[in-house]
Amino acid sequence: MNDIAIRVENLGKQYKIGMQIDRYRTLRDSLVDAVKRPMRMLRGEGGDNYETIWALSDISFEVRKGEVLGVIGRNGAGKSTLLKILSRVTEPSQGYAEIRGRVGSLLEVGTGFHPELTGRENISLNGAILGMKREEIERKFDEIVDFSGIEKFIDTPVKRYSSGMYLRLAFAVAAHMEPEILVVDEVLAVGDAEFQRKCLGKMSDVASQGRTVLFVSHNMSAILRLTQESILLEKGKLVLRAPSPQAVDYYLTSGFAQSGEHCWQPDEIPVDAAPFGPIALRVRNPQGLVVDTVRSTEPATLEIEYALDAPISGLRVGIYLLTPQGEHIFTAFDTDDTDRYERYAERKAGRYTSRCVIPADFLNEGRYVVGVNASAFRVRRYFQDEHALSFNVDASGAPGTHWLENRLGLIRPRLQWKIEEVQGAGILRDEAS
Amino acid sequence: MNVNTPQEEVIVLRPSRGWSALNLRDLWVYRELIYFLTWRDIKVRYKQTVLGAGWAILQPLVNMVVLSVIFGNFAKMDTEGIPRPVFTFAALLPWGLFSKALNDAGRSMLANRNMITKIYFPRLIIPLASVLGGVVDFLIQFGILLLMMLYYGYPPTLNIWALPLFLLLALMTALGFGLWLSALNVLYRDVNYILPFLTQLWLLLTPVGYSSSVVPEQWRIVYALNPMVGVVEGFRWALLGAETTPGPQMILSVVISTVLLVTGMYYFRRMERTFADMV
Repeated sequence: MNDIAIRVENLGKQYKIGMQIDRYRTLRDSLVDAVKRPMRMLRGEGGDNYETIWALSDISFEVRKGEVLGVIGRNGAGKSTLLKILSRVTEPSQGYAEIRGRVGSLLEVGTGFHPELTGRENISLNGAILGMKREEIERKFDEIVDFSGIEKFIDTPVKRYSSGMYLRLAFAVAAHMEPEILVVDEVLAVGDAEFQRKCLGKMSDVASQGRTVLFVSHNMSAILRLTQESILLEKGKLVLRAPSPQAVDYYLTSGFAQSGEHCWQPDEIPVDAAPFGPIALRVRNPQGLVVDTVRSTEPATLEIEYALDAPISGLRVGIYLLTPQGEHIFTAFDTDDTDRYERYAERKAGRYTSRCVIPADFLNEGRYVVGVNASAFRVRRYFQDEHALSFNVDASGAPGTHWLENRLGLIRPRLQWKIEEVQGAGILRDEAS
Repeated sequence: MNVNTPQEEVIVLRPSRGWSALNLRDLWVYRELIYFLTWRDIKVRYKQTVLGAGWAILQPLVNMVVLSVIFGNFAKMDTEGIPRPVFTFAALLPWGLFSKALNDAGRSMLANRNMITKIYFPRLIIPLASVLGGVVDFLIQFGILLLMMLYYGYPPTLNIWALPLFLLLALMTALGFGLWLSALNVLYRDVNYILPFLTQLWLLLTPVGYSSSVVPEQWRIVYALNPMVGVVEGFRWALLGAETTPGPQMILSVVISTVLLVTGMYYFRRMERTFADMV
């Protein structure tokens, strides 16, 4: 009896960068190319005129049946490529993978939804696209509608749905397929908190039913909750396979550059981020130095440097501050202030820095993770890196540090205490005696 | 929870090289998806239009009037004694099915790019479904044609049994050529611009507005290299009893269209592995 669900051996995927960037190959380009190529070969420059990158190389691992394996790594580490290969969307360029059982993928919910069709019709269509049989869809129809919570609008074209309703319906369909192997990518990144809870619940149901799950997420608390083991990818290579708490810890701490600065490499920036080009994220102390550790008693500056290749209207660039477990402490954008929002209604092409100051006496000691988001509200998300950088907060000199104890809580404010001796109390006691 | 299938399927993923097998079994496994995608194309086609499915009738009728005026009143071409509206309409049915199928199939891979980059299924289904999507329109139009034939006093001939075969030939030709174009379109967007010219030219090379009897005898064989010649002649013969009985040229049409289909499928399969990266 073979209890291996997925076996991957030396798997690799090579992309031609030229191919991806100028997606429109025209016949003319090819003709010009056909003429140029032999000449280039004559000049000894080699025949391959495309720059190539290995999005994934030399990956080997096994997943046992019924195992829930987390896949973590930074943007561009190759997570999505791995899932695309395993769900047969694209072919590997190297190596070999063996999969036992039907694979269902949630690479993006709502694939194949058609805006003109009603919710009811889209359930059938989407179900078929996800590989469900018609009889299976009919059987689960009520359950799906129930889960989505949109009974009232089931006969309305989905183009009239709010984005939340759309998403709920899409996830409801996807959540009701019953493959032996489920491949999930980032479905939890969207939707409100209530919906996210529902999704996580469904995911752990799947896991507890003894099905194999590959779960990719940037949400470390979800990884910790749902998986026992995780693999960590870095620049297309598998660097670690360990129990999830260990892997998450490694990823969030030693996985980061310890320098207080993160400069985005071209392979970390998705093609569709353009015209937004992130350059660097830095933590600076009051002296202006880039540091990994700031003092709790001093203000710290977070600085995002980026370039716009074209003007963007309504752009907001902001940060998330998270705990190493992936819980959000706050989210703030550079145009949260209404005056500034109006002043920067359109940001011209050019190079910018957006800076904010985390006030003194705010954070408790510990390690914090900074994420970056650049978006135009309800229009488009240009770029997001949920774990761009981490930094330390040192609490020496902060309120209460003369007691050597760990203070619970994420913030450590310097509160205005007043101690008053209540004069009347003594009199009262006197009277009582 | 029953997740163990008795006969467990093992999928092996590895880089493939050269020509691969057609893997038609996979197509059978996914037959419901073919149905649903076809159904979607039909369902969506006339949404939010005032006339709705009326367009399926209006389009060929307008084409019929235009072609009748050009070839009848100006060019004064012979119709073998058949009333011109019926003569033209009977040819416009398979032609309309063919040109629509060709255009839809040619653009289908790009139109469904979000599915192709997200989910696995035999890619062949996409052009196949867009070809089949035209059949419903065809059936509606066929009803109109029957009414017209009754009005002009032309009851269908006994040859009507052969009609499904000619229909099949039209679909095969459209699919074969559509497969080539859709695969090429992923690599070269030029196909989008070539398609309208191609269909226009092809219309003129097909005896839709005229009878193929105007083509000189010694050129008939060359002319029949176009499989749609056989289809259109076949329709007129089966429905209206036109004199041009399908002859040896018909065999040529069938051979050409089969070759198109088979090579198209192999070419498509060969290119398939790069679709998700290129589209």
